[in-house]
Amino acid sequence: MARIDRRRLLRVSGAGAIAASTGGIAAILASGRAPAYGQTTSIHWLRWADFVPASDKVLKDQIAPQCQRALGIKLNIEMINANDLQARVTAAIQSGTGPDVIMLLGTWPQLYVDSVVDVSDVAEEIGKAQGGYYDTQRILATVGKKWIGVPWAVGGGLVTYRKSWLAEAGAEKFPETWDEFRAIGKKLKAAGRPYGQTAGHTFGDAPGWWYPYLWSWGGKEVAEDGKTVVLNSKETIESVKFAVLLWKETMDEGGLAWDDSSNNRAFLSGSISATNNGASIYLEAKKKPDAYLTESGKPMKDDIFHAKIPKGSGGQFNLGGGFTDILMGYSKNQKAAKDFLRWVHTKPVFEQWFTSQQGYTSGATIAWEEDPVWDVDPVLRPFRDLPRTGRLVGYAGPPDRNAAEVVTKYIIVDMYAKAIQGMAAEDAVKWAHGELLKIYA
Amino acid sequence: MTFTTVATPTAYAGSPRRGPVTRLLEDERWLALVLLLPTIVLLGLFIAYPFYKGVELSVTDAKVGVPGKFVGLQNFEQIWNDGIFHVAVWNTCVYTAVATVFKLALGLWLALLLNNNFKGKAFTRAFILLPFIIPTVLSTLAWKWMFDPTFSVINWMLYQLGIIHSRINWLGDPNLALISVIIVNIWRGVPFYAISLLAGLQTISPELHEAAAIDGARAWQRFRHVTWPLLLPVTLVIVLFSVIQTFADFQLVYVLTGGGPANATQLFATYAYQIGIGTGLLSQGATISLAVFPVLLLVVIVQLLYIRRVETH
Repeated sequence: MARIDRRRLLRVSGAGAIAASTGGIAAILASGRAPAYGQTTSIHWLRWADFVPASDKVLKDQIAPQCQRALGIKLNIEMINANDLQARVTAAIQSGTGPDVIMLLGTWPQLYVDSVVDVSDVAEEIGKAQGGYYDTQRILATVGKKWIGVPWAVGGGLVTYRKSWLAEAGAEKFPETWDEFRAIGKKLKAAGRPYGQTAGHTFGDAPGWWYPYLWSWGGKEVAEDGKTVVLNSKETIESVKFAVLLWKETMDEGGLAWDDSSNNRAFLSGSISATNNGASIYLEAKKKPDAYLTESGKPMKDDIFHAKIPKGSGGQFNLGGGFTDILMGYSKNQKAAKDFLRWVHTKPVFEQWFTSQQGYTSGATIAWEEDPVWDVDPVLRPFRDLPRTGRLVGYAGPPDRNAAEVVTKYIIVDMYAKAIQGMAAEDAVKWAHGELLKIYA
Repeated sequence: MTFTTVATPTAYAGSPRRGPVTRLLEDERWLALVLLLPTIVLLGLFIAYPFYKGVELSVTDAKVGVPGKFVGLQNFEQIWNDGIFHVAVWNTCVYTAVATVFKLALGLWLALLLNNNFKGKAFTRAFILLPFIIPTVLSTLAWKWMFDPTFSVINWMLYQLGIIHSRINWLGDPNLALISVIIVNIWRGVPFYAISLLAGLQTISPELHEAAAIDGARAWQRFRHVTWPLLLPVTLVIVLFSVIQTFADFQLVYVLTGGGPANATQLFATYAYQIGIGTGLLSQGATISLAVFPVLLLVVIVQLLYIRRVETH
C-alpha cells in the first residue's frame, strides 16, 4: 500500500471534506479526488450472478475500478446464485454482519424492512433526476413513504417464440388471445413443436408465467384492502380449466419438472416453439450463432422474436420483477454506501452496465426508455415497454410479506399444477384459496 | 536391560514438586472431566446451543431481523393445521422408510460380494465409495440431467431398447418424482452401508464359517445363523445413522425438484427452509424442523434399546 504522508493526508482530506460539505457527490466528482474516508472504506455489494455474464464483467472490470477512482471506495462485488441470496441475507441479518449492500429480487425487500436503512434521500434524488420510478418499482422498494431500497433495474418476461414455426402453423404474428394461442398451439404440438412452460417449484419462470396468466383471466389473490382473500372466483376456476386444456393440447408436459433453465435448453435445442422468459434465450442464440441453428441450418437467432403473453378478459400483464439494492442496517459504512448508490446510478456509470444488458432488463426509472440501447436490436425492443404493463404479486393488495409467502410456498403455481395432475379445477382453486386464508389470517 | 530401573521410586525424583494442576489431575474424576471437556464444548457449541436456539425460536413469532415475542405453542398449532406440512410429513416417512430398506438390502448384498477374494478387490472397494464421496450437489445435478424430461439419457436408452414408446416424466409425475428422489438417495447411500457392513463382516472369524460348513450348513444357513446374528449390532447402528440422515435430507430434493411438483417431493427440511429462509418466518421454520425431533427421538430410543438387548444376549 502506498505510504500517505501528513501533507498529502491533509490535502486530500481537506478537498474531500470541503467537497462533501459544499456540494455533495457532484462536487466530489468535480474535485476529481476521493473523499477522505475513501482511503480505507470498502463496500461489499452482494448480487446475483447475472443471466447476462457480460454485465457482471462490466461491474467487476470497469465500474469497481472507477468507483475506487471517483469515490475512493474499494468496491467488493460478490455474485452468487439467485437461489442462494435469501439464505445469505438471513444469515447476515441474524448475525449482524455481512455485505453492506445487497441486491434482492421481486418482493424480497419487503421481508427485511426492519433490518435496512432508510434510503429515501438517495432514491428520491435518483427518481427526480431520471423522470421518476415506475409504479411497480416504487411499490417494491417502499413501505408507506419510506424507501427501504434503491431500485436497480426491472426484469420481466415476454414470450420468446420461433417465428417460422408459428407461421407454418398459421400464425403470422404471435397469438393475441387465449383462444388463438390454443388453436395455434394445438397445431404446433401435433407437429412436435409444443409450447413450453414450467409448473414446477422454481423461483423465476413459474410465478413469471402463472401470475400474469391468472390476472389475464381476471383472477386475483386478495381484494384491494389487502386482507380479504378472493381467489376462489369464477374467473380463477375458468383460468384453471383452460390451463389444463392448454397443458394437454399445446404444451410440453415435461414442464411440471422444469427449473428456470430447462425452458432455455428446450428452446435452444429445438424442442419447443415458445416459452415465457427473459431475453436470455435470444441473447444466448445471438452470442453463438453457429452453435444454435434451425432445422434448415440457419442461425436460430434470426428466427427468434418476443411477444406479450396473450390477453384475456382481465387484461394483459407481466409479473413486475424488480431488482432492488437494500442498504443493511448493521453496515458500518452507511454514508459511503449511500454515496456509492448515488454514484452508480449516475448516467455515465449506470449506462455502462445498462448497455451491457442489451435489453435483458429495463431501467427502474422512466428516463432509461430513451436510452440508445433500445435502438441496437429491434428484437429486444419489446422489453423496453415491459415495466408499464407490470403487475405485482399479492394483487389487488400490496406485495407484502403475506404475498411473498404465497409466492415462496408456490401456492398459485401449485393450484395449476394440481389441476394439471388431475385434480378438479374447483378443488384446486378451493385448496389454494384455503392456503391463502391461512396466510392472510 | 531390566525393568527395575524403570520401576524404582527414584523415577519420580526428577520432578519432586508437582504443581497444583498435576495433583488435581491425579484425581480420576477431574482427569475425566478435563478429557471430556473438548467434546462437551464442541457438542455444546454445535449441537446443544443450536438446538436450544431452535426451541427458543419455535415458541416466538420471530422473523428475520425481528426478535419476536413469546407466543407459546401457537406455531405448533399452526403447522398442525397446515396441509402442506402434512404432505411433507407423509413424504418424509415414505422417503426414509423405502430408501432405508433398499439401502440396507443392496448394501448388505454388496458387502457380501465385496467380502469375497477376487482380483482388483482393493480397487473395487475404493471405487464403490464414489457416490458417497462426490459432493451430493454435484452428483444430484448429474441425476437431474438424467431425469430431465427433454434430455433424459434413461428415457433415451429405454426408447432405443424398445421398452418405452413415449418418454417417462420422471420428475414431473407426482408419484414418479418421489420414486426418483428415493432412487437417487439409495444410489448415494448404498456405499455407506456396503463399506460399513463390510467392516462388520471382516470382524467375523472365518473359523466360525468353517466350523458351520463342517457341520453341514449350506451358504444360506451359514448366513442366517452365523453371519447375520454377528452382524446385527453393527447393522443396527448403521441403520440408526442412516435413518437420521435420510429423515433430515435436504440438498438432494432441493436440487432435483425444489419440493415440487405441487409439493409431491416436499420433505421436512425443504419445507422448513422454504418457510424459514424463503419467507423469512424463522419461528415457523424452526417449528417445522423441531417437529422432526420427537419422531427421531423415538426411533433412536427404540433402536438403542434393541441394540442393548442384542448385545446382552
